[in-house]
Amino acid sequence: MLKVKDLVVSYGTKAVVDHVSFQVQEGDWLMIVGPNGAGKSTILNAITQGVDYQGEVLLNGTDIRRKKAIERAREVGVLAQRHHVGYEFTVEEIVRLGRYAHSSHLLAGGKDADEAAVTHALQLTGMDEKRHQSILTLSGGEQQRTFLAQVFAQNPPLLLLDEPTNHLDLVYQKQVFELIREWLKTPGRAVVSVVHDLSLAKAFGNRALLMEHGKPVVQGSVEEVLSSKRLDPVYGMDVCDWMQQMLGQWISEEKEANEDTV
Amino acid sequence: MKKRPEHFRLVEYLIFAGITLVTMCACICIGSVDIPLRETLLVFKNALTGAPQPQNLAVSIILPVRLPRVLCVALSGTALSLAGAAMQGLLKNPLADGSTLGVSSGASLGAVIAIAFGITFPQLPFAGTMVLAIVFAFLSLMIILGLSYKLDYSLSTNTIILIGVIYAMFVSSAMNVIIVFSGDKVKDITFWTMGSLQSASYQNALVLAVALVVCGGILFGNATELNAFAVGEDNARHVGVDVKKTKLTVLITVSVLIGVCVSIGGTISFVGLVTPHMVRMIAGPNHKRLLPATAFGGAVFLLLADLVARVLLRPLELPIGVVTSLVGALVFIFIFYQTRKR
Repeated sequence: MLKVKDLVVSYGTKAVVDHVSFQVQEGDWLMIVGPNGAGKSTILNAITQGVDYQGEVLLNGTDIRRKKAIERAREVGVLAQRHHVGYEFTVEEIVRLGRYAHSSHLLAGGKDADEAAVTHALQLTGMDEKRHQSILTLSGGEQQRTFLAQVFAQNPPLLLLDEPTNHLDLVYQKQVFELIREWLKTPGRAVVSVVHDLSLAKAFGNRALLMEHGKPVVQGSVEEVLSSKRLDPVYGMDVCDWMQQMLGQWISEEKEANEDTV
Repeated sequence: MKKRPEHFRLVEYLIFAGITLVTMCACICIGSVDIPLRETLLVFKNALTGAPQPQNLAVSIILPVRLPRVLCVALSGTALSLAGAAMQGLLKNPLADGSTLGVSSGASLGAVIAIAFGITFPQLPFAGTMVLAIVFAFLSLMIILGLSYKLDYSLSTNTIILIGVIYAMFVSSAMNVIIVFSGDKVKDITFWTMGSLQSASYQNALVLAVALVVCGGILFGNATELNAFAVGEDNARHVGVDVKKTKLTVLITVSVLIGVCVSIGGTISFVGLVTPHMVRMIAGPNHKRLLPATAFGGAVFLLLADLVARVLLRPLELPIGVVTSLVGALVFIFIFYQTRKR
């Protein structure tokens, strides 16, 4: 579905993405992980033609640079980390923008199909009740769900997520990731996401790519990549031990407390 | 919150057009000499039916003086406001406008150079000024945005204002130098800095109308793309907007609108800032509604400003830009305060 070959992105003389190659098949949820400055988000930016690059990005066998912006948007959707909307657009107006690539397409089914797609996306994300509300009055989590609805309305087979829940609390993190897991169940779809939270990566992904200083370190199944052996040298610390310290003790305390009350 | 319709409805078009017509009538009737509405309407009726006009003061004022001026004021108001609304959408910044960015000053410099150096086109004596004003407006936009992007990719309000102010100061000093050395050839500096449509002609109105039909049509055709930009440039790219093409189209269109207006009426500041801001409160930020509402709103705002300029110190007349700048400065502070609060 998506094939990235020898991707190089440079700012001046510095290569921020240095010869990265990977493939994504239907049904995959590829997690791109690594410390800050590893070039993870830049890879997504290159796929959506936001930066100049060397190498190749093939979408179903075609060089993505040969596709018009509108054609690309029918095949690839993006959910960004944060959104700074400047004006009082309503939720519905933002979600309707997701139909931009389809509204001029003759086979898309016209206005009724657009409206149906918008309503369906709003319902899926639980934003239907707030469809006429201004985006500026919503919480960060609701804003993110609005943009998720936009990308659902866009209905591309490939979804790119750039740390989509970074600034969201636990409830919204769970909601957004579970919504995307449901979305991925339809055949012919795939997800590539950049995540910082390794536990989220392990819980939701099936494949992973570990990056460091713009270079790929290892890729494969999440079990293989997100292991102490691979993570510790890149992060310069005992990652599993840290997680154990952070969560293990807390969870066992909670368990004990629950058993006592029973 | 109530559902906002996606498009400007027919009834809204009729209401806004009605308000514009009433304001135009008021502006034709009121002035250094007031003319009763009945007399004004009679002059129009005679002119339209070809009936002979009575020999009185009203006839000699309305058709040759007031009507072309009112038409030019309304059309300039519309053109400048549409340019402002488009820039504010494209740059996702409610403070972007020809005057705040220094584009109007750039256009004035172009016009002044054309007059001072006698740049004209055969058969079209006014085209030299206009073409140079348009070219300089576009170059100014490129320079200002280029510098701003270099300093701060997100084009924050502070960066835009700073660059705009510095650029406008630089341009006005260059303009002053040219005016000083060109003797009587170039109009007073007040015309270029404060604007005036005192001696506007039917020919000017026709040029403005043609520019408005073409450029307005292009901007209306890009309303959805402007919506996407107003949400965010990255988001626009993600939903499938050809961002480079849209940017170039809108920036050229805006330059033409501002260049034509400046070459005819000088720099009338802040119109493109005030109108879209006011209209957004009524029509919302969706450009499919905002642009038509702004077109009417801009005409009404500049007509009222012109009326105030004419009658406030009767029989003396203020430059129209004095009134728009006075209102504009207050609105500017208000918007700046609002955006900082967010």
